[in-house]
Amino acid sequence: MENTNPTLGILFQLYQSLLVVLLAPLLTGWVNQCRAWLQNRSGPGLLQPFRTLRKLFHKDAVIAHNASPLFRVTPYILFGCMWLAAAIIPIIAVDLPFSPAADVIALVGVFALARMFIALAAMDIGTAFGSLGARREMLVSFLAEPALLMVLFSASLISHSTQLPRIVEVLAHQQFVLYPSLAFAALAFVIVLLAENARIPVDNPSTHLELTMIHEAMILEYSARHLALIEWAGSLKLFAYISLGIALFFPHGIAEVGNWGAVPAAILALLGKLLLAGAGLALLETLLAKMRIFRAPEFLGTAFLLAVLGLLIHFLLGA
Amino acid sequence: MPIAHPNLHLTRLGGAIPAWLGEIEPDDLLPVCRNVSDGGGRLVALWGSDARGDVGVRGNGFVLHVALVNESGLICLSMALDAGQPAYPDISRVFPAAGRMQRATYDLLGIYAHEGHDHRKWLRHGAWHGFPLRKDFDAAQSRTDEPDAYPFVQVEGQGVHEIPVGPVHAGTIEPGHFRFSVVGEKVLRLEERLGYTHKGIEKRFESLTLQQGAKLAGRVSGDSTVAYAWAYAMAAESIAAVKPPERALWLRALFLERERIANHLGDLGYLGNDVALAFGFAQFWILKEQVLRNNAALFGHRYLMDKIMPGGVAADLAESGKQTLRDECAMLEREVRLLRGIYEEHAGMQDRFIAAGRVEPKLAAQLGLCGLAGRASAQAWDARVQFPCAPYDRLDVQMATYRNGDVAARVIVRFDELFESLRLQREILGRLAHEGAQEDARPEPLEKLPGNGFGVGMVEGWRGEVLVAIHTGADGKLARVHPHDPSWQNWPALEHAVLGNIVPDFPLINKSFNLSYSGQDL
Repeated sequence: MENTNPTLGILFQLYQSLLVVLLAPLLTGWVNQCRAWLQNRSGPGLLQPFRTLRKLFHKDAVIAHNASPLFRVTPYILFGCMWLAAAIIPIIAVDLPFSPAADVIALVGVFALARMFIALAAMDIGTAFGSLGARREMLVSFLAEPALLMVLFSASLISHSTQLPRIVEVLAHQQFVLYPSLAFAALAFVIVLLAENARIPVDNPSTHLELTMIHEAMILEYSARHLALIEWAGSLKLFAYISLGIALFFPHGIAEVGNWGAVPAAILALLGKLLLAGAGLALLETLLAKMRIFRAPEFLGTAFLLAVLGLLIHFLLGA
Repeated sequence: MPIAHPNLHLTRLGGAIPAWLGEIEPDDLLPVCRNVSDGGGRLVALWGSDARGDVGVRGNGFVLHVALVNESGLICLSMALDAGQPAYPDISRVFPAAGRMQRATYDLLGIYAHEGHDHRKWLRHGAWHGFPLRKDFDAAQSRTDEPDAYPFVQVEGQGVHEIPVGPVHAGTIEPGHFRFSVVGEKVLRLEERLGYTHKGIEKRFESLTLQQGAKLAGRVSGDSTVAYAWAYAMAAESIAAVKPPERALWLRALFLERERIANHLGDLGYLGNDVALAFGFAQFWILKEQVLRNNAALFGHRYLMDKIMPGGVAADLAESGKQTLRDECAMLEREVRLLRGIYEEHAGMQDRFIAAGRVEPKLAAQLGLCGLAGRASAQAWDARVQFPCAPYDRLDVQMATYRNGDVAARVIVRFDELFESLRLQREILGRLAHEGAQEDARPEPLEKLPGNGFGVGMVEGWRGEVLVAIHTGADGKLARVHPHDPSWQNWPALEHAVLGNIVPDFPLINKSFNLSYSGQDL
């Protein structure tokens, strides 16, 4: 893929990077707001995540005496990984200068890197909850990761590429075809999204019951700016996953190569898709109860199965 | 006579519930306890008092009091103990629930069980030395900062590790420490350590007047304030041989049922929240809030604190208020029926509830599980049914029991009791119109009690039976008041309920019992 206008491309890449880092907490706020509405509550408003971040950045960090440097650098690594992931997924235009980096397998690797660091940092302090959370996180993620790869392979097989811009280009702009294999992959992807982002029914992002936590248990020892970065990274991760879902399954509206004039419309389309996706996520979370932790393997096994079905359909029916 | 024993002479106490009082010798305590236990009876409470200064009291030492219950009523036994060596036979072999009560009694009064197998501190936590409930205790001299070492029972084996939880939790809840021994996620053993909210309530009673004591009794456990205030009033009225006005009794029952309704609504919401079904949480809490607001508007306090006083009640219900409550009843019945349908048909939720935290009926009987949790494990005890004090003797309460003993059973019992309480509330509203309608429910408050009296009150609060015992001194002042919460019996059962379950299910199981910390730490 060649870039038609390098300067414009770089400017646009910067613009998207800034946009995602600001949009991500807003998306979290939107999901929470929708959840509140669905529960007959008035809700804290869209800007609540920003208020929380501001509050946390103004506090003094409390760090355990026996924390190693790993514990301190993890929030930055986490934030960096998630920002990178969210910034390189083509959600507005496909010809970004960083797009060769947007390889789906590399993307899975970025998520894995962040996870490895947070799990290590959780065990670093040596509290029971940190290890408990890290252990559960690993249980969930090692089941979610293969399912995610299978989903991505379904899309790759159709477009003959593991590069996201190329996949989007094929799915959105070449010819309008409905792919049954992608329908199965989309279902699997939703399950992986719920599990990987610590959402109900696998984890509960708003719980205060420390014994039931997965993600929250790992970050119990963090405070102030470190916690703010982790929270922000969490929002970015959710944003990245939803972006990935949009890029793979609803890419229509994303601007084509060289077509910079389509960008404003693409931004509007993106906002619409994000609003819909956030509301859908909130609806799912309101309807479901959290499952017993040992049901999570079955749940994620279903995701893997669906993704493999998608692949088989592609091979057998060529669809 | 509730029990037959050659050396035991029981005298019937006056008052609203069938209760007997008798003196017992140390050698007879265990046989009598066995007798009651074999007959299907249970231990309700165990406490001690300091009678060393009292003139003419047997032995001039300490006194141990044991309250047992069987199908004929409450049996209060008192046993004189030597001042120098205040020891009594260990009854935790017959009633396991006695173990912690004996330990707490030692921490407060220095009387101890012979051959008791567990001598660890229960309430003391290294914050003071001496025994606060002794009359010669000097609070100013008692401060200490002993190291707070508490040897938990260790579980050995490959892969076994401990998870310490609390007393400071991630949520805003009462403090308690839970020590889990686990393999992976499976719980091998849970040991509770409570006592973090000890605040010297029993000592404080000694310096209060009867009416002040009523306020304090209502603050032992805020969610059961009506039950405590009623039990306290019942005990005081039993000593004074006073019968409150008919209308006051109907109002007390109304308050008690409203307390049950509010707490069951709150718990059902919390149980939804604990399986991340925040929808249920929000809906039930809207309903609970409506009940509390009606309480505030009609009676002047959201939780009905200080509305029951010895001698009567401190609030009345006007004719317009009755209509508000009838409307509220209709609204609650409609909404709760709808929500019950949602809870029962929600597969994800039922999957979490069913078979979690099971207490088999046999185990429940051994441990003396009582109240709501007991009824979910086929322990058919409900003071409103078995020992109906006025006005329950005219209400014909239907007891809700269930055999499964799991979280689902405790949810079902809550729903059933909620509907029964709504029915009772309707009935009470109807009766209030003609029974004692001309009376004033707020008579002159009871101020003075006869000297050297003993009275006991027992009320079926929403959590279980709440007992308050009052001893008066020679001058008629409060000499010793012992409030007893059903949580004493049920906390140890929780340790059994969680065995074999997985760690993340503990908060749900704990919530399905919803026991009081404050009520038992006193």
